[in-house]
Amino acid sequence: MAFQILLNFLLAFTWMFIKVSFDQVTFFVGYFFGLLIIFAFRRFFSSRFYLHRVNAVIALLLIFIKELVLSNIAVLKVVLKPKLDMKPGIFALPTVLEKDWEITVLANLITLTPGTLVVDISPDNKILYVHAMDIDDVDDAISSIKNTFEKAIMEVSR
Amino acid sequence: MIEIFRFISGALILIGAFLSLVAAFGVIRLPDVYTRNHAASKSATLGVMSILLGTFVHFFMEQDHFNSRIILGIVFIFITSPVAGHLISRAAYNSGVKLWEKSVQDDLEEAVWRRNNRVRQRDN
Repeated sequence: MAFQILLNFLLAFTWMFIKVSFDQVTFFVGYFFGLLIIFAFRRFFSSRFYLHRVNAVIALLLIFIKELVLSNIAVLKVVLKPKLDMKPGIFALPTVLEKDWEITVLANLITLTPGTLVVDISPDNKILYVHAMDIDDVDDAISSIKNTFEKAIMEVSR
Repeated sequence: MIEIFRFISGALILIGAFLSLVAAFGVIRLPDVYTRNHAASKSATLGVMSILLGTFVHFFMEQDHFNSRIILGIVFIFITSPVAGHLISRAAYNSGVKLWEKSVQDDLEEAVWRRNNRVRQRDN
């Protein structure tokens, strides 16, 4: 991916040198044409066309913001409820992600999800220990949310 | 147009102040470290972020001043505060702080026990 972006910059500069005009507009025009060229030659690269991955990163960012707002509403409900009748607990969550940064992003996402907070990660990076605010009604819903998170992160790293 | 943005920035700042207040209530009211950490690490994050966003909109619309440091501040808080919450609760667990007595489940206790047992067996 980094190689494709670098190549795109190089093509944009080549365009500027061909046009002999060194301003931003020429750069962006050259960048656009370079994008078309890279798209046309995408089967010669080892990874995917890089706009797909940029798209996946933006989708992940939107998930982050949505979850932040939802989790705040959930905390608001628990704190302002007159009776403290939640059932907190720590449950184990096996994960299929392997790289360190993927697990970091997943842990941050879980921490910002409604009612969950990562307490510990097992030494072999296979299990996350998550503290949940309300364990019985959240457990199933959370595992489905986890699937969407893991899928979104894998979409970025694939 | 400018009236609309005035309203938006005021609303953002009020929402942020309200969320920070709820975070403070949560820290006082909830029973143990972990549940308090829920309130502190989530509500405070969004509260400060929306106050900063309201400030940004205010200065951008009223004085035509694009302050990029506020944007950077929002990004830094967004990245660092969940990590801080995680580290505090992890440190609390590892130094033996008990969960609330009404907690129903604790998978980590078993895992830590097994890990310590393995270390003990290796040492013997």
